Amino acid sequence: MATAPVHHETHDDHGHARAGFIRHYFFSTDHKMIAMQYMFTGMAMALIGGFFAYAFRMQLAFPGMDVPGFGVVSANEYNHLITNHGAIMIFWVAMPVLIAAFGNYLIPLMIGCDDMVFPKLNRLSYQIFLLSALILIASFFVPGGGFAGAWTMYPPLSTKPEFGLTPLGATLFVVAVGVEFVAFLLGGINFVTTAMNSRAPGMRMYDIPMVVWMIVIASILFMGSVGPLVAGAVMLIFDQNFGTAFFDPTRGGDPVLWQHLFWFFGHPEVYVVLLPAVGIVAEIITVFSRKKLFAYRTVLYTAFGTGVLSFMVWAHHQFIAGIDPRMANIFTITTLLISIPVAEMLFVYIATLFGGSITFTTPMLWALSFIATFLIGGVTGIFLGASGADIYLHDTYFVLAHFHYTFFPIAIIGTFAGITFWFPKMFGRMMNERLGKIHFWGTVIAFNCIFIPLFVVGVAGEHRRIYDFTNFPELARPALRNLDEFATISLLVMLAFQPIFLFNLFYSMFRGPKAPKNPWNSNTLEWSADSPPPHGNWPELPRVYRGPYEYSVPGREQDYWPQNAPN
Amino acid sequence: MIEMLGLPAASSFADDIDMVFSVIFWIVFFWFLLAEGVFFYLIFRFRKKEGVRAQYITGELKSEKRWITIPHNLILVFDVIIVIAAVKVWYTVKQDLPDAPDKQIVRIVAQQWAWTFVHPGPDGQLDTPDDIAKINELHVQVDRLHHFQLESKDVVHSFSVPVFRLKQDAIPGRVITGWFTPTKTGEYDIQCTEICGVGHALMPARIFIETADQHAAWVASNSSVSVASATVR
Repeated sequence: MATAPVHHETHDDHGHARAGFIRHYFFSTDHKMIAMQYMFTGMAMALIGGFFAYAFRMQLAFPGMDVPGFGVVSANEYNHLITNHGAIMIFWVAMPVLIAAFGNYLIPLMIGCDDMVFPKLNRLSYQIFLLSALILIASFFVPGGGFAGAWTMYPPLSTKPEFGLTPLGATLFVVAVGVEFVAFLLGGINFVTTAMNSRAPGMRMYDIPMVVWMIVIASILFMGSVGPLVAGAVMLIFDQNFGTAFFDPTRGGDPVLWQHLFWFFGHPEVYVVLLPAVGIVAEIITVFSRKKLFAYRTVLYTAFGTGVLSFMVWAHHQFIAGIDPRMANIFTITTLLISIPVAEMLFVYIATLFGGSITFTTPMLWALSFIATFLIGGVTGIFLGASGADIYLHDTYFVLAHFHYTFFPIAIIGTFAGITFWFPKMFGRMMNERLGKIHFWGTVIAFNCIFIPLFVVGVAGEHRRIYDFTNFPELARPALRNLDEFATISLLVMLAFQPIFLFNLFYSMFRGPKAPKNPWNSNTLEWSADSPPPHGNWPELPRVYRGPYEYSVPGREQDYWPQNAPN
Repeated sequence: MIEMLGLPAASSFADDIDMVFSVIFWIVFFWFLLAEGVFFYLIFRFRKKEGVRAQYITGELKSEKRWITIPHNLILVFDVIIVIAAVKVWYTVKQDLPDAPDKQIVRIVAQQWAWTFVHPGPDGQLDTPDDIAKINELHVQVDRLHHFQLESKDVVHSFSVPVFRLKQDAIPGRVITGWFTPTKTGEYDIQCTEICGVGHALMPARIFIETADQHAAWVASNSSVSVASATVR
């Protein structure tokens, strides 16, 4: 939170004189400041989640080693690390950065209004989110240690301390997740209401930039799916602490009930974070190929279709979990059906490139790599959605590699794409392209080297959440151990490239060349505001005359046509 | 394809599951190559060149949308093929419970952090005094139908035999019935594939697939000692 727009006072609508430091950075109701708070909190959490991944991957590749910076990883610590790596990366990195940070920053600027419709609710949302992150971090240090029963929290392991060995940690973990969802509910209400009610005059439904649509749809999905999980979390906390038996089979409860509640939320959640990343990619590829988005309405309808279908696929996480086997057939069909809208989205993006004039800036490289790598995540999902193949592949490293091939493009590549693209607007300066490209290639190549080998070890039978494979003769084979070592070394390489990004980010924030209003010659409204936009965004709110993707329109001298240009 | 990674197929349905895997693999590999090929070609072909302006294509015309709708319909066709292949195998392995006069029933009990396998004794019946209960050792006879009754004493575990390509969660409070017919003799891994606490990595068991003679000999050598251990349950 080192820099931020400091000329709030120029905008008198918001009537406060130069605010104090604390008030400015911690109690601001400006959507841009709240976006920065979400983004930097998410990045700090990503450092923790990344460090956890480093520690447990070192243990996997070199069992029993004294991991530099961590020490020897015990079995319980291993479980703790994988549990919190998963939870942090999804709930405290992907969600706050993709939905909350980009949603807060982009929605008002891209639809042409001065702030969210509920600015104070927005501030409360961040404060609750911060509280949830602090609860989670506190849970690592309580007696018994942090929760170690996997981020899916399956009972009875998560409910009974005699099974999970983390009486306090487990409760705090569930509380942290629950509190966090309250934060995103408040945020979601804001996003949907703002996008629907505060659009600039002239902006019709089909003139809304795709990323705004995607964040709105994602918010609706989130709000629709989170109810059962919050109810389930409360039941889980009651089971843990107050003697109820919702999930306790010895007293009439059912542990599989939790799995349904969890995955009814858990699968739409994938699309909750996917859609904003898909939206970011749409903005970037249109700008840097100077093309109109291919079939805007089709993209929008496929996003709606994906959203609706995403509520009907959850039990594919439970094929072998003791559900009625006949149910698996229905969920196989719905799961394979969802491949159609998702594939269609990727086809649309590939088609958008046709006839373009493509420049390979850093944000464009990130956006293109999103398409190329997410495709692998998509096609490997077919193996797991097909019940017959899932009998074998379930809970192996194949599953792990598959969802990292979806979540990494979403949460990491999507975020880097967004940050490098909107950085000039956010901080009024340009990032260094050369450093950006070095960081890009180092990250993307190393990422593929981590997870391609993990597909192979997964098909060879390596199962998940095992801190040491030496007890399994079939898995202790040197061929598999070497692949695991290769994956870990690739992770070290990838982590080694990240300081380049952090340096580029903070150096450019203060010392980068000044950015013009519209450095990429883009059409959308945020580029008509100052860089960085002041509190209130525009002295006079813009008016919209056309859709967001009118690039290279024949007969015009310029190859772009801003939404707010009268002609 | 899975056997190429050093994992034999040792149950009657292992080859079917491998076949589904291969069918999906070749289908998605084709689509993957096609999509990435077109993608990289377009990036290369339409890289920025001085004086060449991008084209204005809305993608809303039917002639343009074809490029999306044709692949879209093809994917639907391939999805149907995959669903049929997957459901067929699923039905065989999980929905169907074949019966045979000489079937053997074994009870599998998971707990933190060990497997107890209860085999019928010389009388061929479970829950009789001559049952043979073994920790972390499952003895089965090749080419003979086995039914298993899977239970858990505490948390969710998962019974997985990679060479059988078989996996089934053990849920406390339930008895889940399933089946397998081993087709290759030998000694292989049994894994617990659902995280079950600090000892999750310490639940390796072994399956011993024996010929009829070997198995009979094993039953005979264990029937006397097991009378006491079987009553522990």
